[in-house]
Amino acid sequence: MPIYLARRVLAAIPVMLVVAVFVFLLLRLTPGDPAAILAGDMATPEQLERIRATLGLNDPILVQFVRWIGALLQGDFGTSLISSTPVIDLVADRMWPTIWIALITITLSVIVAVPMGVVAAWKQGSWVDHLVMTFSVLGFSIPVFVIGYLLIKVFAIDLRWLPVQGYKAPSQDLAGFASRAVLPALTLASIYIALIARMTRASLLDVLNEDYVRTARAKGLTETRVLFRHALRNAAVPVMTVIGTGFALLISGVVVTESVYNIPGLGRLTVDSIFARDYPVIQALILLTSGIYVLVNLLIDLSYSLLDPRIRY
Amino acid sequence: MAEKTLRGAFPLSTRKISARIGIAPIIAAVVLLIIILIAIFAPLVAPHDPLLQNPIERLKPPSSDHLLGTDNYGRDLFSRVVYGARVSLVIGIGVTILSVVIGLAVGLVSGFFRTADAVIMRIMDGLMAMPSVLLAIAIVSLVGASIWTVMAAITIPEIPRVVRLVRSVVLTAREEPYVEAAIALGTSMPRVLWRHLMPNTFAPLTVQATYVCASAILTEAILSFLGAGVSTETPTWGNIMAEARVFFQLKPSLILWPGLALSLCILSINLLGDAARDVLDPRMGKRED
Repeated sequence: MPIYLARRVLAAIPVMLVVAVFVFLLLRLTPGDPAAILAGDMATPEQLERIRATLGLNDPILVQFVRWIGALLQGDFGTSLISSTPVIDLVADRMWPTIWIALITITLSVIVAVPMGVVAAWKQGSWVDHLVMTFSVLGFSIPVFVIGYLLIKVFAIDLRWLPVQGYKAPSQDLAGFASRAVLPALTLASIYIALIARMTRASLLDVLNEDYVRTARAKGLTETRVLFRHALRNAAVPVMTVIGTGFALLISGVVVTESVYNIPGLGRLTVDSIFARDYPVIQALILLTSGIYVLVNLLIDLSYSLLDPRIRY
Repeated sequence: MAEKTLRGAFPLSTRKISARIGIAPIIAAVVLLIIILIAIFAPLVAPHDPLLQNPIERLKPPSSDHLLGTDNYGRDLFSRVVYGARVSLVIGIGVTILSVVIGLAVGLVSGFFRTADAVIMRIMDGLMAMPSVLLAIAIVSLVGASIWTVMAAITIPEIPRVVRLVRSVVLTAREEPYVEAAIALGTSMPRVLWRHLMPNTFAPLTVQATYVCASAILTEAILSFLGAGVSTETPTWGNIMAEARVFFQLKPSLILWPGLALSLCILSINLLGDAARDVLDPRMGKRED
C-alpha cells in the first residue's frame, strides 16, 4: 500500500506539471502583447508597465516559468492585478460558500441516487426502472442553468417557499443559509444524481448475475440483505469511480450555479476574474480546481481497497 | 473487404435494431431533424428579424404576431430562438468533427507507438484534469470571442476523451493475429494504422461523437450564458438567456423557451447516442442475453 500510494502521488506530478505549463503558456502564446490583452484597449503605458512588472513579462519566458513554479511551490499564487491582494487571500475569502454547497450536493446526490439505481436494477424493466432511467437521461440533458431557473420559478416565484437568490453564511444565520442553499444544491445535484443512479444501476445489474448472489438467495437471505450486503458492496467500485470523474462536472456546474443564484463563491470569483482579465487569479483557480480533481480521484482510487478486499495494492 | 468491415461495425439487422432500442430514439431523431431544418430555413420559419428592436413592443406577452412574446428590446422571442438553433448546431457539429479527427489521429499514434504513448497520455491526463468550462472561458476571454475561437476553446477539452477511447481500441486490436500478419508481411505503418486498426474505432467513435456533440452544444450555451461566448449581437440560446437574467422574475419565459429548445436538442442527441451504443456495443448485447 505505501509503495502504491507513493507511485500514485508521483504519477500526479506530471499531470499537474502539464496543467501548469498549459496555464502558463495560455497567456504567453496568445497572439499579441500579453500586457495589452490583460489591460484592454484603454490602458495607459504606466498600466501596461505595471502589469509587465507584476507578471515579470519582461524576462525570458523560461526565467518567467521557473520563477513562477518556484513561487507556487512556496505557496505563493501571485497577486491579483485588479485588487492587488494575494490570490490566496481572495480564494480563502470566497471558498466557503462553494465548499458548503458542494458538500451538500455530494451528500444529497449519493443519498438520492444510490437507492434510485438499486431499485431500478432490482426491478429491471419495470416502470420504476423506466422512471429512473428517464430521470437520468433528463438530468444529463437539461443544462444546469435551465434547471436552476426552473427551480427558482417553481419554488421561489410561484410557490414563494424559498428566497430567489443570495447567500448567508451558516455561522451567521443557519436557517437563512439552509433556505438559500437548497435550490443551488438541488440544481447542482441533478446531473450528479443522473450520473450516479445510472452507474449504480448498470454495475448492480452486472453483479446480480454473479454466482454468489444466486447462492445468497438460495440460502434464503432476504432480498434487502442480498441487495445491500452482497450485491451493492461489490458494485461500489464503478460507482465510486463515476463520483470521481463526475467531480469535473461539479466544478463546471459550480461556476454556472453560483452565477444563477448570485452566490459569492469560487465560481463567481472565476467568472469575475475572467471578465476583469485578472490573469493571476484565473491561473490560480484553474490550477487549484485541477489539483482538487486529481486529489479527489486519487483518494477514490485508494478507497477501492476498502470497498473491495480483493483489490490490494 | 469494406463490406466486411461495415458488417463488423453494424452487426445487427434492422428488425433487431428497432426491437432493441424502442420508440424513444426514433422520436429523438425526428425532433433533431426538425431542429436542423428550422436552423437551415431560419429566415423562412422566423416571422420577424431576430435583431429588429422595437421599443414600443417591449416585454410583450405572447400574441398572434409574437408567438412567444418579445424581449426587453421588443425583439420577437420566437424568431430569436429559431435563429439560436444555428449557432448551437454549427458549434456542435464543428466541435464533433474537429475533436474526432484530431482525437482519432492522436489516439492511433498513441495506441500504436509505445514511445509516443507515454508523453501523449500525460498531456491528455493534464488536459482532462482541467475543468472544460473554465478552460474554454479562459481561452475565449484571452483570444477574443468569435465563433471560431469558441469552437477551438470547446474542442481542446473534448480531444482527450476521444484520444483515450481510440487508444484503448487500438491497444486491443494491435494484438490481433491479422495485425501481426500485416506487419509480418511488411505492410507499411501508415497502412496498418489506416487499413487495419482504424476501422475498429468506427463503432465506438460513432457513439462517442454523439456525446461530444451534446457536450459541445451545452458548453457553448454555458459560455454564452456567462457572457464569454460568441458576440451578444448573435442570437444564441445562451445569449438570449443571459440577457433575460435581469428580467427573470418579471418574465421567466424569456429564459425558459430558449432553455427548452436547448434541452430538447441535447436530449435528442443523447437519446440517439444511447441507442447507437445499445446497437453497436457488443458488451451491451451480452449483458441483455
